[in-house]
Amino acid sequence: MTDLGPLIPRNREIHPVPYDPGYKTSITRSPYLPLLSMESTPSEETGPRFGHGLLGELDNNLILNWTKGAAPAVGERILVHGRVLDENGRPVPHTLVEIWQANAGGRYRHVKDTYFAPLDPNFGGCGRTITDENGYYEFLTIRPGAYPWPNRGNDWRPMHIHMSVFGHSFGQRLITQLYFEGDPLIDRCPIAATVKSRSQLDRLVAPLDMAKARPMDFLAYKFDVVLRGRRQTMFENKLEGM
Amino acid sequence: MAQQLDTLQETPSQTAGPYVHIGCVPTFAGLEGIYPEDLALSPIEDGAKGEIIEITGQVFDGTGWAMRDAMMESWQADAAGIYPGQEGADPKVSGFCRFTADKETGFFTLRTVKPGATKGRGGMVQAPHISVWIVARGINIGLQTRIYFEDEDNSADPLLNRIEQRPRVDTLIAKKTAEGKYSFDIRLQGQGETVFLDI
Ligand SMILES: [Fe+3]
Repeated sequence: MTDLGPLIPRNREIHPVPYDPGYKTSITRSPYLPLLSMESTPSEETGPRFGHGLLGELDNNLILNWTKGAAPAVGERILVHGRVLDENGRPVPHTLVEIWQANAGGRYRHVKDTYFAPLDPNFGGCGRTITDENGYYEFLTIRPGAYPWPNRGNDWRPMHIHMSVFGHSFGQRLITQLYFEGDPLIDRCPIAATVKSRSQLDRLVAPLDMAKARPMDFLAYKFDVVLRGRRQTMFENKLEGM
Repeated sequence: MAQQLDTLQETPSQTAGPYVHIGCVPTFAGLEGIYPEDLALSPIEDGAKGEIIEITGQVFDGTGWAMRDAMMESWQADAAGIYPGQEGADPKVSGFCRFTADKETGFFTLRTVKPGATKGRGGMVQAPHISVWIVARGINIGLQTRIYFEDEDNSADPLLNRIEQRPRVDTLIAKKTAEGKYSFDIRLQGQGETVFLDI
């Protein structure tokens, strides 16, 4: 088996700070002690693979998947699409992408969510797909509403979609959030603000993409995701015993 | 100005939030029927070679409260120390499991096959272990750790040997409580804080 090389170490500077008093829950859920750093091993370089056989026909269509196509969800219809790449700029093909979100009113289908906005009987709020051979994915959904949350006196989450991406190595595992271009709540959100570099936060903001919008049907937003890459060089050795 | 590099930067993480279960374990969150079943409920199928074990524990926050909303994923080799996808791997071991803290008690259970020692670059041998990734509301970037076993020889493990403060090694070692049963608690912060990894 060819050795693709170790994972490129994570640049923690671009990630959110673990402890951020502005996001109160992080105060008791962030380690005090430094992380233990080491070059990756097969435990991090290998990872689960999922086949297209996993997917149902409507899994990436959140407008229809809750009712199995019987009735569409309420809201602004949007296509969310993009590519999953690695840090070397290579597409990550055949990898699982999962999303979850609130409905158009900003309400989640979850026992813990008691916001005034009503549930949409035709909207579940989760979807999944697998990238194609070029690392491309797409979801049809409705634009989620902003919602208030108990943190400081009057905090609201900007419109956002939660996204989970696997990659091919367990060490590439990533969960992030997609925000929407032009949303004034992004600048007021303590969770968005856990990312301290403005230019890095901007990378979580999906631009309106009229080239992908379908006339009289849906708008489109583009969101590319970059996962950790592998540090292969001409000097890399083969894995011994493999 | 210097030349531009060809490399991209990883996308920044964001917390999985309080509703991670909707997207990752929808049936657990009450969205029955959206998929036939939740993803990766078990890392093994019937007939997996090796010793079947059960690891239970809780995830504690910095106040000592057992979190009810944590979601975990595990990844491991088969009983012979071969990772799924590598040549000769046990076809009954997928190696990947997604599991959650119980809504009422905070306890999680991972039922799997005990992994074998694994080989790495340069003849490196790692003691049997399971890699774990933890996400929840308030965790801004997923936490990586490992579960080792107290009834294995961990003396030459390269990761455990990097831990300078020897008492902290114990935070990565599951205690045997009965035949085939282990307990493993995770402490996010403070007294007995688990060693988390940056690998
Ligand atoms: Fe949310």
